[in-house]
Amino acid sequence: MPCSSRAVVPLIGIVMCVIATGAQTRDYKNVGRSPTEAEIKAWDITVGPDGKGLPPGSGSAKDGAPIFAEKCASCHGQNLQGSPLGPALVGGSGTLTSIQPRQTVGSYWPFATTVWDWINRAMPRGHGESLSAGEVYSLTAFVLYKNGIVRETDVLDAGSLPKISMPNRNNFVPVKTSEIWEHNKRACHTGTCP
Amino acid sequence: MLGLERKEPRMSAREKGRRQFLKKAVLAGLSAGAIGTSAGAQTAEPGNTAPDLKKLHAYGERSRFETAARSGTMGDMYPPGGMPAGTPRDFGLRTPLQDTVGFITPSPLHYVISHAHEPPDIDPHEHRLMIHGMVDRPVIFTVEDLKRLPSVSRPHFIECNANSSTAGPGGAARVAVEATVRETHGFTSCSIWTGVPLSLLLDRAGVQKGSTWIIAEGSEEGKHAKSIPLEKALDDVLVAYGQNGEAIRPEQGYPLRLVVPGWEGINNVKWLRRIKVVDQPYMGMMESTKYPSLRLDGKARWFQFELGPRSVITRPSGGQKLSAPGFYEISGLAWSGRGTIRKVEISTDRGRTWKEAQIQGPAHSKSHTRFGMDWTWDGEETILQARCLDDQGEVQPTMADLAKIWGVDLDFFRSTSIVIGHFNAIQPWKVNRDGSVQNALFV
Repeated sequence: MPCSSRAVVPLIGIVMCVIATGAQTRDYKNVGRSPTEAEIKAWDITVGPDGKGLPPGSGSAKDGAPIFAEKCASCHGQNLQGSPLGPALVGGSGTLTSIQPRQTVGSYWPFATTVWDWINRAMPRGHGESLSAGEVYSLTAFVLYKNGIVRETDVLDAGSLPKISMPNRNNFVPVKTSEIWEHNKRACHTGTCP
Repeated sequence: MLGLERKEPRMSAREKGRRQFLKKAVLAGLSAGAIGTSAGAQTAEPGNTAPDLKKLHAYGERSRFETAARSGTMGDMYPPGGMPAGTPRDFGLRTPLQDTVGFITPSPLHYVISHAHEPPDIDPHEHRLMIHGMVDRPVIFTVEDLKRLPSVSRPHFIECNANSSTAGPGGAARVAVEATVRETHGFTSCSIWTGVPLSLLLDRAGVQKGSTWIIAEGSEEGKHAKSIPLEKALDDVLVAYGQNGEAIRPEQGYPLRLVVPGWEGINNVKWLRRIKVVDQPYMGMMESTKYPSLRLDGKARWFQFELGPRSVITRPSGGQKLSAPGFYEISGLAWSGRGTIRKVEISTDRGRTWKEAQIQGPAHSKSHTRFGMDWTWDGEETILQARCLDDQGEVQPTMADLAKIWGVDLDFFRSTSIVIGHFNAIQPWKVNRDGSVQNALFV
């Protein structure tokens, strides 16, 4: 109920004020400050599945191999087979319909951009955002190459990375991301499942 | 007195160490006698026995006789000794729901799941929240700025999508006959959250036409990020700075966390530093590879968001003991991510008959709700269970219902190697003739 007249309603001896909740009655537009372009750029590490937000830079699996050996293999294993410190990054193809599914980048992950984003923000563990954009492209290419998704010399950059088709992309329900927010298309209720 | 005996909570060595450390920090200088047996290894320096009473009472401690504690898989994934020094671990600590009363979880007992890091140590004066992307007026707020804005306080549960999973990390402890309700349901907790409606902050920033999602991001190591539909963001989401009347605990996101009522815990981004308004889900690692539910047909259901209706009896429950036949109030918690709990029913005879329990209201939307029912135990073996209905008409399923939805037989739930998300099946507790109470999920 808008409070255009600051409605004061006497009610059994008690004066009640109906307080407006509409934005137009509250002047909070001066709370907070505008960030500079540089601040936004420094904070914004978001990368979308269409490649939005990917920075300049490039790299191939060939470039990525020595970086992986130096910075990643101690947890993920020399052959990306995994260890108690880090999950396997290869294998698992054909296991998703078993009771021991192996969900790896190759067998499960739907988007190549997610590989880039996760390496960039969180890897190596405890040292997120320490790699250069070129190193992240190179490592992404190396992991995808080891999964047979790109060739060893393919160069990945902001243009080519989002175009990579991941093998398991169409096995997520609902497949169309535009349908995600239709409750009846994404969720299971008692007795039924889309 | 209800006549219920409680088992001493089991604590891992690490937990004990942490408790001792905390007690040392708070009670330095106190005589050992005041500390209690659970931290018996801790002794005061001789000759330094005068307690600083002013300091002691400045921030209250619970009675030394109270021992309720979180417990969980800290270190289970990367066992101590088996990892290089300094390697961060995942950990999950469950709430001892059997030891909580009413519908609010004490902040120090709120469950914690951490993906590979300790809570960051954030100075609130240095912390900032930025809102940008498809907005007319990108904005940076300090915590003090946010406290100038109109606030709301609402009770909401936060629950992990893996709560009660019969498989994956913690699955074995959850299905064990000796499991307490901490092991079976401890990845849910309920607090009164205080903060600013996100809709107000988005109004301040001026959301542009064509935007459909937000991405919320934390400031911890790894900067967890989660895509959330704008419709939800404008509905009931809070940017919270308060929890149960004080600042949010560091493990819960101090100084700012997003509270996304009723949705999978992973949405409730802790140590919140940035919200970007966008036009698509951005397919972060957690939402696109860790939180989808993979089914036996190879299809994975992602972005499931709302947690279904649930109830569980917390007294009497696993690990407790009825001292003698006679009167007991059956007490428990019910909640639903889609709305308010409308009805709870209890069966005390292996599911043959159900009686309506009393909802000890007011029942709040997307909040734990306490229910209770009078019961006289005749001394015979039986099974106690509760089921609930929310105001959207959704009914809590049986495990058989869930098996049907998943297209599996019941044994799948404990033979698979992966986490079973959204496992909101009815929880049966078996009461034995000697009064002991056991987990009967697979009986």
